[in-house]
Amino acid sequence: MGNESMISLSGMVMAPVLAAGLPLAAINWHSVLFLLFASLASIFAVGVVLADNVVRMALYLVFSLAATAGLFFLAGAEFIGAMQLMIYVGGTLVLLVFGVMLTAQAPFVSIKPSAADRALAGLAGSSLLVVLLAAALSVDSWQRPGLSEVTAPTATPLGMALLGMRVDGPAAGAATGAVANGYLLPFEIVSIHLLVVLVGAAYLARAKRRRTPRPIDAAASAVSVVEGSTRVELPAALPPRSGSASALVSGGSK
Amino acid sequence: MNIVSLSAGCCLFATGPLTEPVGVVHYLIVGAILFTAGVVCMALKRNALGVLMGIELVLNGANLNFVAFSSPYLRGAGSATLGLDGQVIALFVILLAAAEAAVALAITLNFYNNHSTVDIDRADDLKG
Repeated sequence: MGNESMISLSGMVMAPVLAAGLPLAAINWHSVLFLLFASLASIFAVGVVLADNVVRMALYLVFSLAATAGLFFLAGAEFIGAMQLMIYVGGTLVLLVFGVMLTAQAPFVSIKPSAADRALAGLAGSSLLVVLLAAALSVDSWQRPGLSEVTAPTATPLGMALLGMRVDGPAAGAATGAVANGYLLPFEIVSIHLLVVLVGAAYLARAKRRRTPRPIDAAASAVSVVEGSTRVELPAALPPRSGSASALVSGGSK
Repeated sequence: MNIVSLSAGCCLFATGPLTEPVGVVHYLIVGAILFTAGVVCMALKRNALGVLMGIELVLNGANLNFVAFSSPYLRGAGSATLGLDGQVIALFVILLAAAEAAVALAITLNFYNNHSTVDIDRADDLKG
């Protein structure tokens, strides 16, 4: 599925350029790059939906999110693009891939939804897409083409805003002398939130007990449970195959 | 709904190929596609990790809209932008998505340890 769409995509990008015989100087390379990254992000997002294999879904999601980072760079938000690459692609998706690898036993690699579910999801998704596109295209001021000049880098104003000082825009308050509102409190809240969440996640995901215990452990736990309640039920409570193991354990404990 | 503007927006690149600078509406279209793909992924997938991937797609679609509205490069001359607020919100969304992924993955692994499956149709212990 991916290869054909990629070939047709590159043909679609290059065909109007070659057919119209545009001079290279007239081409807005920002738009070309936008078209490339937007196509990659959209195609791989649809690939995540259409793929049944969970490993392929993870791979398509990596490509889609990396292309979205390219879109962030093109919008002039280079710090957000870098954070998207480092946190999302480098952190969150590695976490997801670990989850995929830990749970990808043979019957769970591809769990297929039924055909009726697929049809219903396609209907609901296409109607949602029509509504969203209609909303996006309904405002005239959003239709205007953008500027063709490079804006200032945003990493420094962003860092200052996270420290509580605004050095940009009308909120900077240079004329009025008012104290500009930064983002120090949300920054602190998010940092505490991340700490609590990661401690909680480590607590939730810790290794507690095995699903299929080894025979010697099962026998030992069965013996301890039985000894705790009543000694009379000992032969009936033990499963037959672990009888020798329990004798071994009790013999070793003497 | 004016169909003319819809078709004009969709064919903006086809008619005036690659010489016009991109605007906010192009980012909104990509964000709508990502959002829809994520919602369908959340609703359709039976693997719990597939649902998580759908959530990531939805958050990315929303993030793309925030960044597009905050960019003075895309809004054109004289238009008001979200400025730095949109980028800060996008940054917080990325961080909270990382936290959400960690907790959701821990819950998924717990469910897998207890039920030996990641099929969310089997997660019906709490049905009344």
